[in-house]
Amino acid sequence: MSETTHDGGVAVSAPPSPDEGLSAADLAAKYGLSVSGARPGLASYVRQLWGRRHFILAFSQAKLTAQYSQAKLGQLWQVATPLLNAAVYFLIFGLILKADRGMEREVYIPFLVTGVFVFTFTQSSVMAGVRAISGNLGLVRALHFPRASLPISFSLQQLQQLLFSMIVLFVVAVGFGSYPRLSWLLIVPVLVLQFLFNTGLAMIMARMGAKTPDLAQLMPFVMRTWMYASGVMFSIPLMLEEHPKWIADILQYNPAAIYMDLMRFALIDGYGPASKVLPPHVWAVAGGWAVLVAVGGFVYFWKAEERYGRG
Amino acid sequence: MAEQTDRTMIPTVIADELHIVYRVNGAKTGKGSATAALSRIIKRGEERGVRKVHAVRGVSFTSYRGEAIGLIGSNGSGKSTLLRAIAGLLPAEKGHVYTDGQPSLLGVNAALMNDLTGERNVILGGLAMGMSREQIRARYQDIVDFSGINEKGDFITLPMRTYSSGMAARLRFSIAAAKDHDVLMIDEALATGDRKFQKRSEARIRELRKEAGTVFLVSHNNKSIRDTCDRVLWLERGELRLDGPTDEVLKEYEKFTGK
Repeated sequence: MSETTHDGGVAVSAPPSPDEGLSAADLAAKYGLSVSGARPGLASYVRQLWGRRHFILAFSQAKLTAQYSQAKLGQLWQVATPLLNAAVYFLIFGLILKADRGMEREVYIPFLVTGVFVFTFTQSSVMAGVRAISGNLGLVRALHFPRASLPISFSLQQLQQLLFSMIVLFVVAVGFGSYPRLSWLLIVPVLVLQFLFNTGLAMIMARMGAKTPDLAQLMPFVMRTWMYASGVMFSIPLMLEEHPKWIADILQYNPAAIYMDLMRFALIDGYGPASKVLPPHVWAVAGGWAVLVAVGGFVYFWKAEERYGRG
Repeated sequence: MAEQTDRTMIPTVIADELHIVYRVNGAKTGKGSATAALSRIIKRGEERGVRKVHAVRGVSFTSYRGEAIGLIGSNGSGKSTLLRAIAGLLPAEKGHVYTDGQPSLLGVNAALMNDLTGERNVILGGLAMGMSREQIRARYQDIVDFSGINEKGDFITLPMRTYSSGMAARLRFSIAAAKDHDVLMIDEALATGDRKFQKRSEARIRELRKEAGTVFLVSHNNKSIRDTCDRVLWLERGELRLDGPTDEVLKEYEKFTGK
């Protein structure tokens, strides 16, 4: 036995070996040891993430199930929660504030419900993203996995939640006279694009929230402002008729409004011709937002990979 | 030690002059008031209001394949911090940690959810540790049998929140120990469970060692260190005080703690 000083030597009664006298770095290099906790390159990071796809999916489903497991009605709340939400907005904006601005009831109610559900998808992805790292520090500090698994998993949980909401939405649409037709197929690409956009946004928020957990307090206000500016309960062109047109243009091109309008256009009979309710180049803009935010968010998140969970 | 001399010693973890510093937000002034927080934000500059805790100070050692290494030291001596640094979960302030493969902390608990059944937690925990679905399916029965959860009825299909604390701890250890780790680190896990389960986990740790990995074990129970480890690192105030064969280090340690 020997007292260890800071010579970095092997203090066990070790047999003399050919490695005697090598510095730590040389010894590590000789046996192919790598620095613990270094950030992988972007390509290998994507590969690692793909290797964890089963975990990402299982984690999102587990979160979804755990959410209502204590409630008596159990998984029924998956459908009941969005339904109640839509009812409240209808009560306030449809009946009390009359935000429909002359839209027929057959159009306005599905219009409102679609808006609420689609925006909630983005909203809850952002909120879950903020806490994806800061709320799961135990997990981050205990296990090794590409950290992007967490925000992706949370967006995926929100997507599954939205799929439950879509059941309600279909019932509402049919109930108000919009029957299934070919354009309903457009819902799929809209959901894919919005999911990409949300995931990117969740990753951006996850990195910011990991550094500044206070964002969790601030974000609800930001999201509510965004909601009112995106025409969830009213049609932007109708509401801003007497204002300069560029204001309505800016609001209409914001990603939340784009995805909402595309979904309404796909779903609701009598919502109007594309030229009137959709801004020009709408699909290009929807795809552009999705790719820009998803790729940008991913790279931005990856840049801080080795720093998550520090302190 | 005899068997170690006749095969080449392959290093698994090399710590080289490792320093770990924690940063704690807003603990410097001791004032948690809103004005104090605001002035911190406004002043900016060289991280005001951040208190540094120097948890590990210049630790160097090399561990080899097939070793089981105990980490001892009084509370707050930096044992757990050192393990997290080896796992690459805490970045080093100075110095380096080199590792062979990915060391894992026996800490699957964080991935498990109390509201899910034991069954689903086994799968979720396995996936979180990076096992494939096939590997989990192949080992599922072993995990359940090892934990002994089903000895008193069909508990594995009940939510984990209905388990007693001992049962939950046993399931967690079973899930974590199911994977073959290159380097496995165990932080005070053997203190849980009844005597029978402790025996079984110690046997499992010996088995993991045989599978050519290295095991690190943090414990305040000198007996379980003696039963499982052949080498001990003694940390005190973040510094490595002694490093040597279990018996010799434990003798010194017991002298130090006055036992």
